[in-house]
Amino acid sequence: MKRSLAGLALCLYVALSCALAYFFPQSALAFLLVEAGLFLLYYVPAPRRLKISLGALLLLVLFPVLGWANGYYLEVAIQIGIFVALALGLNIVVGFVGLLNLGFVAFYAIGAYFWAIFGSPQANAFIGGNLFPLSPNWFFVFLILSIIVGALTGVLLGLPVMRLRGDYLAIVTLGFAEVVRALVNNLDKPINFTNGPRGIAPITKPPLFFRPLLEFFGADVSDAKLYPLYFYFLILFLVGIIIWVTRQLENSRIGRAWKAIREDEIAAAAMGVPVVRMKLLAFAVGASFAAAVGVLFAAKQVFINPESFTFMESIGVLAMVIVGGMGSIPGAILGATGVTILNLQLLKGLSIWLNGLRQSGAILSIPLLGSYPLAQLPAQFEPAKYERMVFGLILIVMMIFRPQGVLPPGGARRK
Amino acid sequence: MDLALEILPQVVLDGIVLGFMYALIALGYTMVYGVLEFINFAHSEIFVLGAFVGVEVLLLLQSAGYLATMHPAIVLTLVIVSGMVISGFAAMALERVAYRRLLGEPRLVALISAIGASFFLQDGLRLFESLWRNTFYLNYPTLDFLERAVPLTANLVIPVKSMLVIVMALITLAGLHFFVNRTRLGLAIRAVAQDPDTASLMGVAVNRVIALTFFVGGSLGGLAGVLFGIHYSLVNPYTGFIPGMKAFTAAVLGGIGNIPGAMVGGMMLGLLEAFAASYLSLLTNGAFGAEYKDVVAFLVLILILIFRPKGLLGETVRESKA
Repeated sequence: MKRSLAGLALCLYVALSCALAYFFPQSALAFLLVEAGLFLLYYVPAPRRLKISLGALLLLVLFPVLGWANGYYLEVAIQIGIFVALALGLNIVVGFVGLLNLGFVAFYAIGAYFWAIFGSPQANAFIGGNLFPLSPNWFFVFLILSIIVGALTGVLLGLPVMRLRGDYLAIVTLGFAEVVRALVNNLDKPINFTNGPRGIAPITKPPLFFRPLLEFFGADVSDAKLYPLYFYFLILFLVGIIIWVTRQLENSRIGRAWKAIREDEIAAAAMGVPVVRMKLLAFAVGASFAAAVGVLFAAKQVFINPESFTFMESIGVLAMVIVGGMGSIPGAILGATGVTILNLQLLKGLSIWLNGLRQSGAILSIPLLGSYPLAQLPAQFEPAKYERMVFGLILIVMMIFRPQGVLPPGGARRK
Repeated sequence: MDLALEILPQVVLDGIVLGFMYALIALGYTMVYGVLEFINFAHSEIFVLGAFVGVEVLLLLQSAGYLATMHPAIVLTLVIVSGMVISGFAAMALERVAYRRLLGEPRLVALISAIGASFFLQDGLRLFESLWRNTFYLNYPTLDFLERAVPLTANLVIPVKSMLVIVMALITLAGLHFFVNRTRLGLAIRAVAQDPDTASLMGVAVNRVIALTFFVGGSLGGLAGVLFGIHYSLVNPYTGFIPGMKAFTAAVLGGIGNIPGAMVGGMMLGLLEAFAASYLSLLTNGAFGAEYKDVVAFLVLILILIFRPKGLLGETVRESKA
């Protein structure tokens, strides 16, 4: 009885929040309510079938409809999807195996540049003939190839560092990421591979293979309107696959071996776990997720440059994994969503609000302290520019007060 | 080849200056690692804080009109002492707030907290300077006597700035050597580094020694920051990351936890970097230039950690936990 009541309340909540978001397409708050619905679904004890169907309805129908009304919503959803995929990849390395990887963004960069170089005229600079950009159909080939490339670079980094202590490993991965970024930044000479700091554009988008079908139904939609939706479904599909793969791995021999290594490497080795092979596998799987997302990111952005792949990004993804709870799949999803929303919507919203205050010419008067014209608020004071401070605070506070994260993995707790 | 020989003295001088700077920062990493076995990732921000304290003191003196009238030695002493003291206390505060509660936790928990502290401090400095001066890119005011240079030979001109760095670093390193090896407090630091439990049984106040270590390491970082600012003039809150990483590399190169090792490692890395910056493009006919000097430093770090993780002089990390 209680459960079905909760289910009813959930349905009402979803319907109401979506209606709000639909009728007030400019309100970031309404959209936040819709996003919160997804997490209520996870928490509220309602019948399982209802939860799944509501979740599917939200993700497959309601989000796209809302996004159709306001393209910004889709942009946010796509960004969230990208970071969820990255966080799930890092979660395997940091959460399951307990290896702190501070250079995760390197694999993302490798994936992105992999498609960017061949999916744009860039490759003509070092391969003869005028073969590039490749046709859009190659996008899917590269998406699959990137998984292999990512796994290979993961193993390449993993092989030499396997024997290092935890904190040394962290620093070496950080060094690796900086080397990759420096190479990307400087390999525009002697042979122009990456076009250096100027970046690469235009990058080919994936093919609209379903266009004939749309025309058959008489829908006439412009490309500009169609692509965001298309990317939304692509990233949703990719995240779905990643979640599925991660869950399969977690509940397998491999997942158990990973966790055994995390808890006690020597004991695991004594019980016959092939420690080195398992660690390499974790590096490879995490890196392949990141590389695949990188391909998608490059295609979505059309333009990429080394600025998108800084140490900052690695720490952002790490913060997501830690907020959610290391080693927990729902945790990584929650962390990525929460931090991305914080970054994209809350901080930006706050900046816009402060700017509005500044321009409104209002005067803030505090009793006893006198009055302060808001126009004098320093222009430098913009919350959106202080994401490092926010990430830093998140990391310290989480480590001191709740190192296991918001949604720690079930079962045995870490010591 | 002639060109290579002609610039050689200048390159060596640059390398030595850089090397002393790295050595001073590396000492902060290595001393903290010695007592706590953890990488104080936020040390690079303590270094930057020193640079900012230095520029603030100079700017305040300038706006009060004292900069031109005061004796340069007094100005320098004021700048250096305030940079060292404030950085030292900041490092102590950092330990108290972000690290002390995590002492018993796994190594990675404290490291993640340190990374958080590093990011927080970067933007904290930026916020402060933005509100205070409306910009966070600050220029050191020029001090006339520091702009002079002593021409030694045709190919080697020694700027007074470089001499200042070398002299200050030498004095501090000698002082540190005396402090660690000849005083009771230094003995306490060494005792905690060797075995905190036994040290505590022998009546050493371990927590206070740890705080003291952070203060000493932090003030050395602050000194490096002031010297960095005076030498290169331009500072911003994000300058610390690359020098910090390189100083850490220097600490590992010499053997982490090992104080003479940090000096040797810093000097080697500084020279290596100066040579890479000047000779890479000559060696490769212009294909790879000075922009790869950071890559060289990071590659050194990776290679050292893989092939000789104990560093050149051997690390002094206690047996039980290593």
